Amino acid sequence: MKQLTQFFNSLFLAELFKGLSVTGRYLFKKKITVQYPEEKTPQSYRFRGLHAQRRYANGEERCIACKLCEAICPALAISIESEEREDGSRRTKSYDIDLTKCIFCGFCEESCPVDAIVETRIFEYHGEEKSDLYMTKEKLLAVGDKYEEQIAADRAEDASYR
Amino acid sequence: MVTIEINGQQVEAEQGQMLIEAADKAGIAIPRFCYHKNLSISASCRMCLVEVEKAPKPMPACATPVADGMVVNTKSTYALAAQKSVMEFLLINHPLDCPVCDQGGECDLQEFSIGYGSDKSQYAEIKRVVKDKDIGPLIATELTRCIHCTRCVRFGQEIAGMRELGATGRGDWMEIGTYIEKSIDSELSGNIIDLCPVGALTSKVSRFTYRVWELANNDSISAHDCIGSNCNAQTKNGEIKRVISRQNDSINDAWISDRDRYSFEGLQSDDRLTKPMIKKDGAWTEASWDDALQFAVNSLKDIKDKSQIGTVCSPSVTTEEMYLLQKVMRGIGSNNIDHRLRQSDFRGQDQDPLFPGLGMSVADVAAQQAAILIGSNVRKEQPIMGHQLRQASLKGAKISFVNPVSFDANFNVAHEFTIAPSQMFKELKVLAKVALENSSAGAPEGLAALVSSVKVTDEHKQCIAELSDADNSMVILGTIVQAMPNYSAMRILASYIADASNSTLSYLTPGANTSGAYLSGLLPNRTQVAQGEFANTDGLDTQAMFAQKLKAYILYGIEVERDLDNPVQASQALDNADFVVSLSAFVTDAIKAGSDVILPISTITESSGTLINVAGIWQSFNAVSKAKGLSKPGWKVLRVMGNLFNIDGFDYQSSEDVINELKSALALENSQSETSRATNQLVWDCPENISAQTTDIQRIAELSIYNVDAVTRRATALQKTQDAQVDVAKINSALAKKLKLEDAQAVTAKQADNTAQVTISIDNKITDNCVYLSAGNVAASSLGGGFDTIELIPA
Repeated sequence: MKQLTQFFNSLFLAELFKGLSVTGRYLFKKKITVQYPEEKTPQSYRFRGLHAQRRYANGEERCIACKLCEAICPALAISIESEEREDGSRRTKSYDIDLTKCIFCGFCEESCPVDAIVETRIFEYHGEEKSDLYMTKEKLLAVGDKYEEQIAADRAEDASYR
Repeated sequence: MVTIEINGQQVEAEQGQMLIEAADKAGIAIPRFCYHKNLSISASCRMCLVEVEKAPKPMPACATPVADGMVVNTKSTYALAAQKSVMEFLLINHPLDCPVCDQGGECDLQEFSIGYGSDKSQYAEIKRVVKDKDIGPLIATELTRCIHCTRCVRFGQEIAGMRELGATGRGDWMEIGTYIEKSIDSELSGNIIDLCPVGALTSKVSRFTYRVWELANNDSISAHDCIGSNCNAQTKNGEIKRVISRQNDSINDAWISDRDRYSFEGLQSDDRLTKPMIKKDGAWTEASWDDALQFAVNSLKDIKDKSQIGTVCSPSVTTEEMYLLQKVMRGIGSNNIDHRLRQSDFRGQDQDPLFPGLGMSVADVAAQQAAILIGSNVRKEQPIMGHQLRQASLKGAKISFVNPVSFDANFNVAHEFTIAPSQMFKELKVLAKVALENSSAGAPEGLAALVSSVKVTDEHKQCIAELSDADNSMVILGTIVQAMPNYSAMRILASYIADASNSTLSYLTPGANTSGAYLSGLLPNRTQVAQGEFANTDGLDTQAMFAQKLKAYILYGIEVERDLDNPVQASQALDNADFVVSLSAFVTDAIKAGSDVILPISTITESSGTLINVAGIWQSFNAVSKAKGLSKPGWKVLRVMGNLFNIDGFDYQSSEDVINELKSALALENSQSETSRATNQLVWDCPENISAQTTDIQRIAELSIYNVDAVTRRATALQKTQDAQVDVAKINSALAKKLKLEDAQAVTAKQADNTAQVTISIDNKITDNCVYLSAGNVAASSLGGGFDTIELIPA
């Protein structure tokens, strides 16, 4: 009996029509078009876009040059030089992320013990030269300073899941 | 032998061994913090608790001796629970600052916390905080992280011989510190960084500039003394970030000296030479390698009389470089080749042994029962040898010194004869007289007459008796006596004393590779030929080369004003010469002033090569760090020079080819790494009787610990240590009173026509009528010979 059903199903192309019916349903459904850039899709607070370096409220940079992000980065996009700052604390001399290498996996953010490196909701950035996509410490801190409010709000929302 | 069972495995152990040793030998890992195989047992951390059958409680494996039939379990629930609890206690007061801690990544506490600890803590009370202490320019402290294993305290007590660190307070409030605020001054102090299982003691040099997982491990050999300590030079991006010790029980145990540990800082000095330079019409221009080498070779070819070319080489370069340097110079017909920079008396050089060495292995020194050191500040000159002598002394060896300065020893000194350099020959005559009286063999020709007038004291008698009564004993000639003006005479007497008392005559040589220099024939009086036989030649030694003012000089890896016994004489000779080539890793005003071409050669860590230590062990190593700029390994430069001079046999592909050629010439197999230690004893040749009754003030010069080579001189952290503060003229209070000088007074030191401005420091360890003004420092560079007379004139 089973074989018989299978025979007729394949003879009359039942599976093809099943598939085409999905196509047909969508063909006549009302279309959704996001009128980018006027309109944008909603974003999760966990969105992983452009990186930023954060500061504490007193203006001190958070990063302590522990290099865990550099160690975990699967694309080897992060390179850090550390040094002893004049006040004796451990700080970065340089902190670079090569966005052309980055795969936006978010491991850097997860590994950071002080929430210094974060990924923001920004995805609309561009560079006219390759070097524009090479984020230095200054650039990252500037992004962080500009979007701190949003970054902090997103972290707060996610806090109970971490 | 007893048989015990660990984790179901039958393990053979020696009676009296501790459980942890037996387990280590069987490859069974037991976590530990306080136990270290080269230190005594304190059993203070309790991390190594294991389950022993029939024992009422968990036992610490490091302090439980094995017993026949013992059944031990290191992995049972009972043992693991004990270890877990200990871990929790240890972490109570440990801060959670792993991300900023330099130990992070190689921290025992981190590792064992993962392996044996719990994932949560029940502790919610206040954590202890300890104020950091400043213990000098080398070691950074973060004592809140300390877990009180006391390895550093035990190291100071047992190995360094200086109780600099100790514990105050009890229980929770126990603190490691120096009691009073002071720096740690031991020459081996850096080892406590390696010993510290946590990040409480870390290195101040390159602090925070690396994480351990970024470092590449490179086995290397320390090149700052003749011991050849094994070390591990760790690099990041081709730059050395730190140097740690590498265990070698026949040489340096688990330790290296601070000089070996921190000298690498000098490699990054601003005055590294990166491009070849040529002086044209008095102005220096950078040149390509081709032009510079061609210019150097053509200029040397222009010197028609090749005996007018003198070559002086540092004793701290690789054997390959030494061998090729002498091959090039002999190839063009010059025998004026020397590496003995600070020696001033060459009269006995034809009696030199195959190479002046210990006559035993470095570790054998710790098994000696008696020793006399003549003219040696062994602790600062060869810190690891000082360590071995200290180990011998702890086992009861009688160690005596004949020195111009009563140097600090970190062990009990049996007898100390502190005597002016001019009187040291007389002192050795006294010792020789005692040896002669005790000896059953007849007196060698002339000795009886030579020693007839000297008076013997009980102390001399005792000293020689200890030497002859011992089964193993040695007479050591240090680097200070080797630089003295009547060294050859003193050496003969020392050799006689060694002979008569049945001891080994040993040398402690300057530089890292004096043995290599002798074996490769980098000497004016002999050329190295087949089967280790030497043919005599008639070249000039260092002293004669500069005294005779030759037409051309080749300076290999030296800074004339700081490396030579008589820098003023040498500088004058260079000024007077037609042509001077400097091969150097650094460029200074003095090098520029004295040369016509400067070729950048790499330092030892940037080139592959071989060092032969004082015990005759050949140790080869690879390049560790990247060469600076266009600098090239010395053997490559010399190979090209050989080609440019059209000398046969310069087709080497690698430094191995060079060393293998030397090995076959010395009748060694390529795989062999040890030259048999021929006896150092000399044939008796009665020395002339020198009566030195002088009222002049004599200078005592010693190459101070952090001035030994160009790299060390540029290591900024080492230069900040107590031991590096040698830019002073030390005199004893009697002489100060006689000259009406006060402590810290500025004076002009005058030797013949040469003067230097120095500060007086009163130190009663200096013998009467002498001024200790160490060689190699800046002030001494404008003075004459190291043991010449000196005047101090108040400024």
